[in-house]
Amino acid sequence: MNANYFDHLSELESEAIFVIREVYSEFENPVILFSGGKDSILLTHLAKKAFYPAKIPFPLVHIDTGHNFPETINFRDSLVNKFNLNLIIGDVQKSIDEGLVKEENGINASRNYLQISSLIETIEKNNIDGAMGGGRRDEEKSRAKERFFSHRNEFSQWDPKNQRPELWNLFNGKKNYGEHFRIFPISNWTELDVWRYLKKEKINLPSLYFSHKRKCIVRKNTILSYSKFISLNINEKIIEKEIRFRTCGDMTITGAVESKAKNYDEIIKEISMSKYTERGGRADDKRADSAMEDRKKEGYF
Amino acid sequence: MKNNTKILRFTTVGSVDDGKSTLIGRLLLDSKSTFDDQLNSIERSSRKKGFDFLDLSLLTDGLKSEREQGITIDVAYRYFSTKKRKFIVADTPGHIQYTRNMVTGASTANLALIIIDITKGISEQTLRHTYISSLLGISHAIVCINKMDLINYDQKAFNSIIENFKKIKSKIKIDDIKFVPISALIGENIIKKSSKMKWYNGKALIQYLEDIEISHNKIYNYPRFPIQCAIRPQTFKQDNFRGFAGRIEGGIFKPNDKIKILPSGHSTKIKNIQFDGRILNEAFSPMSVIMTIEDDIDIGRGDMIVKEDSLPIVTKEIDLIVTWMSSSSLENKKKVIIKHTTRETLAIIDSISYKINIDNFENIENIKCLKMNDIGKISIKTSSPINIDKYENNRNTGSLIIIDINTNETIGAGIII
Ligand SMILES: Nc1nc2c(ncn2[C@@H]2O[C@H](COP(=O)(O)OP(=O)(O)O)[C@@H](O)[C@H]2O)c(=O)[nH]1
Repeated sequence: MNANYFDHLSELESEAIFVIREVYSEFENPVILFSGGKDSILLTHLAKKAFYPAKIPFPLVHIDTGHNFPETINFRDSLVNKFNLNLIIGDVQKSIDEGLVKEENGINASRNYLQISSLIETIEKNNIDGAMGGGRRDEEKSRAKERFFSHRNEFSQWDPKNQRPELWNLFNGKKNYGEHFRIFPISNWTELDVWRYLKKEKINLPSLYFSHKRKCIVRKNTILSYSKFISLNINEKIIEKEIRFRTCGDMTITGAVESKAKNYDEIIKEISMSKYTERGGRADDKRADSAMEDRKKEGYF
Repeated sequence: MKNNTKILRFTTVGSVDDGKSTLIGRLLLDSKSTFDDQLNSIERSSRKKGFDFLDLSLLTDGLKSEREQGITIDVAYRYFSTKKRKFIVADTPGHIQYTRNMVTGASTANLALIIIDITKGISEQTLRHTYISSLLGISHAIVCINKMDLINYDQKAFNSIIENFKKIKSKIKIDDIKFVPISALIGENIIKKSSKMKWYNGKALIQYLEDIEISHNKIYNYPRFPIQCAIRPQTFKQDNFRGFAGRIEGGIFKPNDKIKILPSGHSTKIKNIQFDGRILNEAFSPMSVIMTIEDDIDIGRGDMIVKEDSLPIVTKEIDLIVTWMSSSSLENKKKVIIKHTTRETLAIIDSISYKINIDNFENIENIKCLKMNDIGKISIKTSSPINIDKYENNRNTGSLIIIDINTNETIGAGIII
């Protein structure tokens, strides 16, 4: 037997597909949480492979802050079309308009935090009991202890000290009414694994991920895309830079890196030599050392 | 057959302060899996703590409460890779009250990385943890004898630890054990062979990790395909398609293989094996695929496709070594849910035979219950038959979890004997 073509990416792929199929089988109303970023795009492709020739049996759920890059929204819509999917949108703008949440003020205002309540509302309204996300354990230190099947109580909270032990590949998705699970099929992938796989599988991504010229501002060492959602400080200037994004969150917080990497090979080379983690450019994580953990406890992705 | 895995999953074994976190931090740093922003952050923390060196153990620190207490209380997973291999590290705590976490970390590992502080010798904690690794079927270990810098890289001290370790070897079932003298703090014998220990003629740690062959020979004798779900596209074009999705949990399957569907016992043949529309000549563990079969019979989740020439045991009575993970104890006649491969069934605890004293590996008989973090032998009866192998033959079909009917919590980990 020639096992050579079964490389480490194939093993990760097989593991993720196993998890995705368990989600399909164990939950009544499972969905894919779709951020528009590369990890959720990857997840959608893995879901396609898991069930082909049947179609993807999950709707996509997108929590739209209203501050998304237009590229992300266009990409989302074409993906939905291509795989003939249902799309459920959680509308943060609507929650703001209805007075359910209050927008942050000031120069560093972001809607990142508001996503939490919109996400929880969407989960409750649609009776979602299993929400898959593209989270990876190498992303951030509090994620290192995240399970594949992560239990959330009826308030959507995560209790890091009281997680279910996860043994072998036997996932326990049992829950009481009103509780749900977040599931992370690509837990064991690193950023580099993701890029190598995207390349191997020739998976398209939004153009944001590749080097391009863009009007930017630099704020606290973070390069932000200039947009109508950003208010300038007096001494801030708009400058054109050659950049790309390593994650695709809100326009107000997603930091870019200066880069000339225009294709998968150049990006893989860049990441292998990179000195900063992909979340290193995210203003939301810089607020406190345990910022991510705090948000996760409250129900963040 | 090429057996060497491209991904090596290992678990860390050691007692507090032996240098486990420092060693992992060192591996992450030296394999350049650490980024500057993380380094800056630990540099800041190290300074805040008043250290004049980089506290590498901070690299592997996780949750806030653990940071505050300065201890590791849960399993955390770390990743690094070299040109040859990708590594997944299950970083587990060594305290006795966290036996359940050690078991969890060891359950997916192929290798145990055992860390011993040479100035302290082999602790009880390390013995326990080593024993648990062997119980969980790990057949490779690398023993890192750490803090060699503190004893002037002395060969004699190193040898005497090896001697001590070999004394306990008869009690554990780890076939392949290597010993490496290291300094995690300074980085000796980690990536390159150390010039300070010329007397050592083994390899540097990372070379062992890269080269160790994890053999899956055994599992190849137990071809198993537990079905996760049926695939029925129900589109006009694919109207007749009926496939079964799952992951191969042992052995090799090929089209035309004579198979049996369990538990019904129906015999048939594989029509084809496919993945993402591609037809495959063969599929082996751990590939996720879809199979179609010759006969049109009603099968689905929880059923298992096996080869006629190697059948598992189909039974309702199972003997287990169980690790108890719940604060309410395991008592006789307790009703529980069992999850084994993709099958779930009700079961009742039929008897509790003994508890294992993990300090001396002896059995304590005549006990009434197992408490949290206890390991012992029990028998269970299931309400419907399940298809089992012995754990030592196939980890995937020889393991199960026990779920509480009322709380839905995972309360036990079972190894089928
Ligand atoms: N001299 C010396 N000290 C070490 C070495 N490895 C770890 N240490 C120190 O031993 C202490 C405990 O290490 P740590 O990694 O936190 O241990 P853990 O509890 O096993 O994770 C720390 O003060 C480390 O700096 C080593 O190789 N040499």
